[in-house]
Amino acid sequence: MAENLLEVRDLTITPAGAPAPVLDDVSLTLAPGERVGLIGESGSGKSLTAQSIMGLLPEELSASGSITLDGFAGNVLAAGEKTLARVRSTLVSMVFQEPMSALNPLMRIGDQIAEALRIHGETGRARIPGRVLELLHDVHMPSPESARQAYPHQLSGGQRQRVMLAIALANSPRLLICDEPTTALDVTVQKHMLDLIAERVTAVAAGLLFITHDLAVVAGVCNRVIVMHRGRIVETGTVREIFANPQHEYTRGLLASSDLESTDADGRLYTLRTALEYAGPGRTADAAGATTSAMEPGSGRAQGAASPTTSAGVTAHAPLIEVAGVSKLYRSGGFLLRRKAPVQALEDITFSVDAGRRLGIVGESGSGKSTLLNILSGLDRPTTGQVRVGDIRVDSASSAALRTLRENLQIVFQDPFSSLDPRMRVEDIVAEPLVAQGMEREERRAKVADMLAAVDIDRSSMRRYPHQFSGGQRQRISIARALVTRPQILVADEPVSALDVSVRAQVLNLLTDLVDEYALTLVFVSHDLGVVKHLCSEVIVMKDGHIVEAGATDEVYADPQQDYTRDLIAATPSLAAAVAAAQ
Amino acid sequence: MLAYLLSRAAQFVVALVVASVVVFLLMSFLPGNAAQVALGTNATPEAVAALEAQYGLDEPPLIRYLQWVAGMLGGDFGTSYVTGAPITPVIIASVQVTAILVVCSIVVAVLIAVPLGTFAALEQRNWIGVTISALSQVGIAVPNFLAAIILVMIFSLQLGWFPSQGWMASIEGVGGFLARLVLPVVSLALVQAAILTRYVRSAVLDVMREDYIRTARAKGLTRTRALFVHGLRNAAIPVITVAGVQLATLLVGAVIIEQVFVIPGVGSELVRAVANRDLVTVQGIVMVLVMLVLIINFIVDLLYPIVDPRIRSAA
Repeated sequence: MAENLLEVRDLTITPAGAPAPVLDDVSLTLAPGERVGLIGESGSGKSLTAQSIMGLLPEELSASGSITLDGFAGNVLAAGEKTLARVRSTLVSMVFQEPMSALNPLMRIGDQIAEALRIHGETGRARIPGRVLELLHDVHMPSPESARQAYPHQLSGGQRQRVMLAIALANSPRLLICDEPTTALDVTVQKHMLDLIAERVTAVAAGLLFITHDLAVVAGVCNRVIVMHRGRIVETGTVREIFANPQHEYTRGLLASSDLESTDADGRLYTLRTALEYAGPGRTADAAGATTSAMEPGSGRAQGAASPTTSAGVTAHAPLIEVAGVSKLYRSGGFLLRRKAPVQALEDITFSVDAGRRLGIVGESGSGKSTLLNILSGLDRPTTGQVRVGDIRVDSASSAALRTLRENLQIVFQDPFSSLDPRMRVEDIVAEPLVAQGMEREERRAKVADMLAAVDIDRSSMRRYPHQFSGGQRQRISIARALVTRPQILVADEPVSALDVSVRAQVLNLLTDLVDEYALTLVFVSHDLGVVKHLCSEVIVMKDGHIVEAGATDEVYADPQQDYTRDLIAATPSLAAAVAAAQ
Repeated sequence: MLAYLLSRAAQFVVALVVASVVVFLLMSFLPGNAAQVALGTNATPEAVAALEAQYGLDEPPLIRYLQWVAGMLGGDFGTSYVTGAPITPVIIASVQVTAILVVCSIVVAVLIAVPLGTFAALEQRNWIGVTISALSQVGIAVPNFLAAIILVMIFSLQLGWFPSQGWMASIEGVGGFLARLVLPVVSLALVQAAILTRYVRSAVLDVMREDYIRTARAKGLTRTRALFVHGLRNAAIPVITVAGVQLATLLVGAVIIEQVFVIPGVGSELVRAVANRDLVTVQGIVMVLVMLVLIINFIVDLLYPIVDPRIRSAA
């Protein structure tokens, strides 16, 4: 066997003052040209491992153990910054998760790529501009010539991530590390990016260490998978071994909770806890049956799909939510002379939702989903059109009417980290909507305790602050806050997209239970079709401020009428497809 | 870009008009009649009325305001009721002196604060960084007139290197001009440098945590070089804002330092005019100070798009 490209031995990191190491005896190897997926949830230590290999650990952390790279004499962990700087980009390179902040906002794209070439001095100065164009061309940048002159803020997230890849591959490194490179991207963009990474890594014959929390993503890109849990490596194997015959309990749990197409006997998604009963994604027939049966309570309550245009005439009773001809135009207002072309965020949106139904709104970033939610919940007003929720005309409601609306319609936001006030105790956060209603203190406390119990937050932690909870727990707190007033309608804006796969299943199950228990009408916005398919009875697909397609979820998925919908469905990573591809 | 420029210029003009109205109203509603003040308490009502007519004080306020503004636009700030002399030459002379003082101070402050703050950020875990932080904390707590008195005691009374007070125009002798400039500038700059150092330090610390610094290091730049190439320009954006505000406070802070060093700047003229109840002069000087502050803000607004392409394309 050829000598390993990368060897990590007994890598251990214990932060000062911490009781236990955050990385515990991690050892792994990577052969030249091999593609390895490093899987785990947030806090499992996968990013720390990558940063150690690059010599980019935060200053306050020190690591023990050894990391050796073929072509570099000595231990990376012991090397000085100057020595490491020569190795980075030429021997080992990295693409980071957040494309929005990873590029210098004040520097042109071309200069940022050129810099990577210039500092290592391997490309002659005269050849650098040509090489920059070539690199931009290689990552399939639309019009490389003008991209070179652009600043980062003028590019989309996907384009910026392409630029990051161009920078990482500028000096043809032997090893490329990608740390969640597609997590912040839309599904269709994610698919292109994954294909591109695979293509470029093959082209320059580099090894790949691909870090992700999403098993469905890793299958298409890697040959071998390493599973990390709480700072330790729990399992290693080929993609096929891991998917078909996972040995470790945690791997099985991860696999089970990644699968949005299979449900257990009660019609709930598998979680780490129920993973033992999980039979694997191979049995798609059973899984599909289970999914349909899970939908039955919802579909039984209100017959006749409330799809946008057809339903209005058919159903006798008035729908709970009615949106008619809504458009929203954003004018960049300014003082005196600053006038720009207005942006059409929404155009002629019409749909309705019957009481007790679950509507999914799907689309990529910039499709107008969030604008629509804001208008629906009275946070923003449409330029034209009408919105009715219950008896309230939201588009022209007075502030008193909007207060009534808020009691009836509550929102759960995307980011569990920034949507809770960090200086308020959890019980106060959940009680806040009740305070707004003017409820007595004692009654409030009892309600808050009940609600927190309903979302599985321990009574004893009611007096804690948000930062003392994990992302999944915070999102459950957000849900508790939304439901404490017993609203009729719950609006959820990407509530699980910032969560780990394993936590996602728990939160989705909780949402399903609560929607049933409280007889809620759900409006669920997501870019993830898998989640919407599991949760919603009807779906609206949006693109560029228009509704492209609408109807019953099963029908739209089984037989999409529009190319855009087909592309979205095809691009959604599916565990079943991943396993099929691996075998 | 042109639109941005024009809109900022328009804001500048509007702010100027609002400021002139406020200054005029404040001065008009101050108790005491300017003519009465000029003639003293023994003047007959007839004499007061005659003087009011002579200065146009019997006109309605709107007319007086418009006359005042029209005069300023033509470069004429009016005539002092107390001395009977035109105010404009006094203002021009004193503004020159103060401008030299303030501009030199902010330049010195920036020259001290940027390297010191950057160094303090880079060495934040070492005793050097901690010492710089502590010293800047002390510097903020020292009022500038106290710094001035201490500096005079050491460098002019003890060592005799610089004169303890006075002013000399540069055409009368460059050496004398510079010698008299050093102590006032240093006493103004030290405190400002201390404040600015803290802002530079925290801006640099913030920038060092940015993802693009990590990207730069992943490209093969060392930590320090990544900071110099990518970090400092990004850190400059918040620092420019603070320096602009400081420049405005310096303008006012100079009033006290001019008193300590007996420098014939705007501050000294203002104090003298207030003491003499020379309302027209006070009104003129205050207006000029406001104008200077607005000009500084305008210049700061113009610096942003030069540093930051995001503002350029939003414009």
